[in-house]
Amino acid sequence: MSGDRFYYDVIMAGFGGQGVMLIGNLLAYAAMKEGRHVTYLPTYGVEMRGGTANCTVVISSREIGSPVVERPHGVVLMNLPSLLKYEQRVLPKGLLLFNSSLIDPKEASRKDIEVLPVPVNDMAIENGNPRLANMVALGAFVEKTKLVRMASLFESLEKVLDERYRQFIPPNIKAIELGARFVQSL
Amino acid sequence: MGDQNPEKMLVKGNEALAMAAIDAGCLLYFGYPITPQNDIPEYLSKHLPPLGGEFIQAESEIASINLLLGASATGKRAMTSSSSPGISLMQEGISYMAGSELPGLIVNISRSGPGLGGISPSQGDYFQATRGGGHGDYRMIVLAPSTIQEMYDLTILAFDLSDKYRNPAMILGDALIGQMKEPLLRRRPEKIDLPPKDWALTGAKGRKPNRLKSLYLQDGELSEHNWKLYQKYERMKREEVRFETLLTEDAKLVVAAFGSMARVSKSSVELAREEGMKVGLFRPITLFPYPEKALHDLSKRVKRFLTVELNTGQMVEDVKLSVDRDVEVYFYGRPPGSLPTPEEILEEIRKYYG
Repeated sequence: MSGDRFYYDVIMAGFGGQGVMLIGNLLAYAAMKEGRHVTYLPTYGVEMRGGTANCTVVISSREIGSPVVERPHGVVLMNLPSLLKYEQRVLPKGLLLFNSSLIDPKEASRKDIEVLPVPVNDMAIENGNPRLANMVALGAFVEKTKLVRMASLFESLEKVLDERYRQFIPPNIKAIELGARFVQSL
Repeated sequence: MGDQNPEKMLVKGNEALAMAAIDAGCLLYFGYPITPQNDIPEYLSKHLPPLGGEFIQAESEIASINLLLGASATGKRAMTSSSSPGISLMQEGISYMAGSELPGLIVNISRSGPGLGGISPSQGDYFQATRGGGHGDYRMIVLAPSTIQEMYDLTILAFDLSDKYRNPAMILGDALIGQMKEPLLRRRPEKIDLPPKDWALTGAKGRKPNRLKSLYLQDGELSEHNWKLYQKYERMKREEVRFETLLTEDAKLVVAAFGSMARVSKSSVELAREEGMKVGLFRPITLFPYPEKALHDLSKRVKRFLTVELNTGQMVEDVKLSVDRDVEVYFYGRPPGSLPTPEEILEEIRKYYG
């Protein structure tokens, strides 16, 4: 895909429970809100029952063919098994953002891609809620890639979060901003 | 009906299908759980009861299809959904529905076989869906969505066609279309004129009793019944064929693909165009009735076809049956396990473009 057309795909992966499906959903929703074509493909079935959870998000200015991506432009990896599985698949010059609270930066070996370690668990704990590590990662990823506006992410939270969790929207926003500021400070 | 300027939603294909069922006025669901279609019963189990509908988790797929047969006999819109092995169990009931001229929607979000196989996307049920599957000389309306919007739109169409022709209809999708999310406009359809269901079993008070059956033992009766069904299928072939073409006007090679593979192929066709190759796409939307005439007409100009499927060769037979005799039909297939990338299909296009 070339020229003025826009196309980006990202795989997000981690342990089940780290919230990678949620941030994938949120990114896709925000991009849809901005008028992009999007697809979101979660893992389902056997992979979901133990091991890594992952989802693939494609954002494009045009109709999207395959929602399955072999070589992504970017990855957001929350644990070591995900790094082992996906690091080699990132396109040259692509982006590897990983959770350096759980993954030793020495584990990342690629030299031909941009590597961005973010201690998302530590940051989330410091911020008062370890469960929002996923949002810290998303904030950092979006600040880095500028795929969508931060405001679009914030506005999408109420659509993507289950009604039961709407009260947690302000802390989610705070966690996204925390991730964004981390990237700004680099 | 409803909101004509709905907000865009981001939903799974399976959820879009379940929403469409409700919007089509189907309030009766019968099914037995199986991956990768469980989002359909999950959604309907939550949303049907508050609407006064009925959600029944049956004890088996055999029970599901026979519950569907019974519900359809009352004239109400009804459906079941399952995945490949479950659909195999339903074949007897589908044959009885076709024989009794009963409408009803059967959804197959297929998995990979044979046998218990696996849960990865596959198009290995094409033959089963389009060649009957059950016994007897019958046909089923089969629609193959390629996007989440089509999961919605074609489900509504399937109910309409099923009622119009008094014939079971199937949505044939796979894990990819069922599980992925894409924007959906839940634009409720305009109601179309359908024949009254004066055949339905509604209690015979004040009228002659209706009989619904597939057993015909009188001399010549069954033959006449089969001819009647045949006429119905022929009418479907004349009036209900649906397909999509992309960039076929000047094409030297046309890729033929349906459902999930059509969307991957679409990317490949665009990549081929960027390289200056005149390549187009032909996507059947109705798998029965198959767009054989459209394909035949196209083959008067285009002499090379590449059929791409997520199996080792099924729809390619219909492509071969449809095109002119001097046409080359190539095939690229993938057994279950992994989807081809647009670049891999492009490689095949280069090989046969010549």
